[in-house]
Amino acid sequence: MIRFILLQNRQGKTRLAKYYVPLEESEKHKVEYEVIHFSLFLLCFTLVLCCFLILNYSQVHRLVVNRDSKFTNFVEFRTHKVIYRRYAGLFFSLCVDITDNELAYLECIHLFVEILDHFFSNVCELDLVFNFHKVYLILDEFILAGELQETSKRAIIERMSELEKLE
Amino acid sequence: MTGMRGLSVFISDIRNCQNKEAERLRVDKELGNVRTCFKNEKVLTPYKKKKYVWKMLYIHMLGYDVDFGHMEAVSLISAPKYPEKQVGYIVTSCLLNENHDFLRLAINTVRNDIIGRNETFQCLALTLVGNIGGRDFAESLAPDVQKLLISSSCRPLVRKKAALCLVRLFRKNPDAINADGWADRMSQLLDERDLGVLTSSTSLLVALVSNNHEAYSSCLPKCVKILERLSRNQDVPQEYTYYGIPSPWLQVKAMRALQYFPTIEDPSTRKALFEVLQRILMGTDVVKNVNKNNASHAVLFEALSLVMHLDAEKEMMSQCVALLGKFISVREPNIRYLGLENMTRMLMVTDVQDIIKKHQSQIIISLKDPDISIRRRALDLLYGMCDVSNAKDIVEELLQYLSTAEFSMREELSLKAAILAEKFAPDLSWYVDVILQLIDKAGDFVSDDIWFRVVQFVTNNEDLQPYAASKAKEYLDKIAIHETMVKVSAYILGEYGHLLARQPGCSASELFRILHEKLPTVSTPTIPILLSTYAKLLMHTQPPDPELQKQIWAVFKKYESCIDVEIQQRAVEYFELSKKGGAFIDVLAEMPKFPERQSSLIKKAEDVEDTADQSAIKLRAQQQPSNALVLADPQPVNGAPPPLKVPVVSGSTDPESVARSLSQPNGTLSNIDPQNPSPDLLSDLLGPLAIEAPPGADSSEQHGHIGAEGAPDEVDGSAIVPVEEQPNTVELIGNIAERFHALCLKDSGVLYEDPNIQIGIKAEWRGHHGRLVLFLGNKNISPLTSVQALILPPAHLKLELSPVPDTIPPRAQVQSPLEVMNIRPSRDVAVLDFSYKSGTNVVSAKLRIPAVLNKFLQPLQLTSEEFFPQWRALTGPPLKLQEVIRGVRPLALPEMANLFNSFHVTICPGLDPNPNNLVASTTFYSESTGAMLCLARIETDPADRTQLRMTVGTGDPTLTFELKEFIKEQLIAIPTSRALVPAAGPGPGQAPPVVQPPSPVIAADDPGAMLAGLL
Repeated sequence: MIRFILLQNRQGKTRLAKYYVPLEESEKHKVEYEVIHFSLFLLCFTLVLCCFLILNYSQVHRLVVNRDSKFTNFVEFRTHKVIYRRYAGLFFSLCVDITDNELAYLECIHLFVEILDHFFSNVCELDLVFNFHKVYLILDEFILAGELQETSKRAIIERMSELEKLE
Repeated sequence: MTGMRGLSVFISDIRNCQNKEAERLRVDKELGNVRTCFKNEKVLTPYKKKKYVWKMLYIHMLGYDVDFGHMEAVSLISAPKYPEKQVGYIVTSCLLNENHDFLRLAINTVRNDIIGRNETFQCLALTLVGNIGGRDFAESLAPDVQKLLISSSCRPLVRKKAALCLVRLFRKNPDAINADGWADRMSQLLDERDLGVLTSSTSLLVALVSNNHEAYSSCLPKCVKILERLSRNQDVPQEYTYYGIPSPWLQVKAMRALQYFPTIEDPSTRKALFEVLQRILMGTDVVKNVNKNNASHAVLFEALSLVMHLDAEKEMMSQCVALLGKFISVREPNIRYLGLENMTRMLMVTDVQDIIKKHQSQIIISLKDPDISIRRRALDLLYGMCDVSNAKDIVEELLQYLSTAEFSMREELSLKAAILAEKFAPDLSWYVDVILQLIDKAGDFVSDDIWFRVVQFVTNNEDLQPYAASKAKEYLDKIAIHETMVKVSAYILGEYGHLLARQPGCSASELFRILHEKLPTVSTPTIPILLSTYAKLLMHTQPPDPELQKQIWAVFKKYESCIDVEIQQRAVEYFELSKKGGAFIDVLAEMPKFPERQSSLIKKAEDVEDTADQSAIKLRAQQQPSNALVLADPQPVNGAPPPLKVPVVSGSTDPESVARSLSQPNGTLSNIDPQNPSPDLLSDLLGPLAIEAPPGADSSEQHGHIGAEGAPDEVDGSAIVPVEEQPNTVELIGNIAERFHALCLKDSGVLYEDPNIQIGIKAEWRGHHGRLVLFLGNKNISPLTSVQALILPPAHLKLELSPVPDTIPPRAQVQSPLEVMNIRPSRDVAVLDFSYKSGTNVVSAKLRIPAVLNKFLQPLQLTSEEFFPQWRALTGPPLKLQEVIRGVRPLALPEMANLFNSFHVTICPGLDPNPNNLVASTTFYSESTGAMLCLARIETDPADRTQLRMTVGTGDPTLTFELKEFIKEQLIAIPTSRALVPAAGPGPGQAPPVVQPPSPVIAADDPGAMLAGLL
């Protein structure tokens, strides 16, 4: 099951955080700090290896930065695993159980990004900043109780437009 | 939400902040603003409230504490209109968690939304409960959510949320779903056509079967059907295919569910499943598109683990092994990582050593990969695949890698190398070489255990001694060596240096010279070892070398006034002893052999596992009974007198202790009894390394003592068997006795832990009732079977334990409530007789349940007007008992007050005019006595803190006696052995109060512990 999902930029600013297990506030901040610093640590290598990947910070180009070719997307984190994926300046991290299927969750991140991209048509970090409330709504249609709820992009986008009409 | 200008402006402001300080100011300003608005209800329109609550969430996300306004967020949930309600629900589920009391306020509203007609509201409510619902929600909402899930009138949208909401409720309270009634429904749910609902339902199934697979066996064929449908791409809408693969997530989930069933008996189902698996194994190709590749390999790896689980036919297994062999050599890091991980798992299910060995060089390359995740997996696999045939190569690689490995891995690496060297050493000299190299290359990361172990081996193997001594000498000749190397070399040369005497440059005086050169470079703990070595060198010089003697005596003289007590004592004693000639030789005779013992390294490795949670090695370590070089003579070493024991004690600074110990009857806690392992964390190793001889008597006690430090001799005759001495086949983690005592004073914590299972406990006490919940957590990736838990209740407690499931699935936790009722006062303890099977290994343990007398006490503070009339009303025995207690653990008054408060006997300050006295009160609850006021008075003697007079009074003679005895136990015993005192019997008349022998053991002046420090 997914313990938490985090969306952070390279400066470590949290753009989305959702916990499916109860954590104390101080604990949350610690987790967020550690996750991003580990990611950044890996990033140092990435930067050296593939300078061409450094794009406009706030521009999320899906499929542009798949991953660098040297590192896994899995980091063993305390007694769990963090599956992370980097899209330009944004890190998407999922903390899952140690026995969970890593690749399935890795693609789960990508599906989420595709959904965001569809919804905001060509999403960028600013979209997520100013519409963070919408991101939470989308996430609630995508993941519930730490489990995948819906894997059809169309179903989620349709649901979102249904909800927008209600406002 | 559109047009929430205030929110956008605020976000822009934050973005424009130049630095963190400016940002904080802006945030503080906003929080102040929000706070004022929340206070002024009148102007707070729903729109404003909504806006502020969003701002709070944003501020919270930035990492600032938002400690107010929760109420406002929760209250929005009950707003009548969607926009406000939605904000309320979303923000609440981000700001609060299941432990917040505010959430309870909302239960009714949430329930109304769930059972109401408004679909949108239903969705919001289900989402909240699914994300943060706790036990309260599980208890009150599960039936409603179940209804929604199977309702034919609900849209798939609602049903999939209901399914996952139910997953959450089930996890919080497994009783929320009754398997008997639900199994058929669950099975029907899996016939669902809508893949969204089906995905959620499969998650629900996984949660359910992980707890109880038998009840849901009818779902097994359904899972296979789902897999068939997906793998043939039948009836899969386009939107559910991901890069051409029919919902990879659903495939993974369905295969995961199947892994909870122990086997598949129905031949046609089995055949169908194997066809699917075969197709996956054969049909997955590497493609260019990363996403497609990941998705198809997600399915493939899940299929692999299902095949491993089903223990399929040889042919299919070898296909899997071939695939894994391919994966561990590919460049793509994720796949390689997973290949390494799964290969390690494969090692456990089937004999693939030979095939894996072909890939050894590839795996070693991964050990040098820049990515730490991969290196860890490679290390694990190398560790797992190591056997006698390749140990040399693998250990050599590990040693080589050690010099370049980053710090975070060095400790694990050196531990693993040490274990492998020990397990698979083709010959002993190689083992010594490896350990010395380890210390040389990574001394900082070599724990003491490792060098203790090498000392044990050398001591137990005569053939090895000359070799070890010459090696030690070699390292000492180097200019700069690690301090641990100084320790181990000094020790070995002290013991066996004389074996080298014929070699050039190895005379005692030369050895002394090179050792003494190191002395200025070492830290305080190493100096005593060097002093011992000098003494031994001196003793071995026959005929005596006056020059050497002079030098060494000068050293002893120098340290005679050392500020470190240990060093000082050794210097003085060795100096005196060395003047005595004959006695000196007796005292410093060679160390006798150590009793055979399980490697503490392997034990430690298991502990390391726990944090890293890589069950693979753990399992392996259990499966392979350590084929360590069993060298120790299992027979007790007779005739080896414990040489240093007597002289040191008699020369010790505390002659009184000897007198005291002599005056004690046999079998009591004697000060110099070498069989009592000192309550030292390192006792496993330090104990035997002390200068005392290994205990001549039974070594079984030594083995069983891991948790038994707290059970010294005083328990004999106890009705409660010292539960820790059960011969368990697993190494326990932590000390059971300590855990028990900790739980006597608090209400939740771990009761028992070994590599397979952790038993936690959580208790609530109300009057004479208690509700405990046992949490049995399987830490392994294989199920624990034949789980049995039986309560052996003492006469005064009524205990009811809900049945524990026979099997605990991998990585699952089951809860088992235990109802306790206290019938009458007694200090007896209930025992949980617990056993389970892991693989073929049966483990059983008897655990004391912390439902002890003080749990039925409720703190109560009285004023003097309330206290004294009651106190006077109780007149003498049997209602009021007085006793002078000696041998009390000396405590300052505030500490004693804390001790009393910790077991719910409340100190009432200022009531007693004498400042050296304490007055306390509490209420005791039991069925026979009802709520009973208890009063106590302690009069201490400031001149002698080891004795005091205690008076206890209650309205019930039994209670008075039991409470008095209980308090006495707390005051006398050293913490670890507390409460092990046998119960004196239920009635006051039956057993006269026995005055406990004073317990003089305090670590600081325990010669046993001091001896342990002497090397």
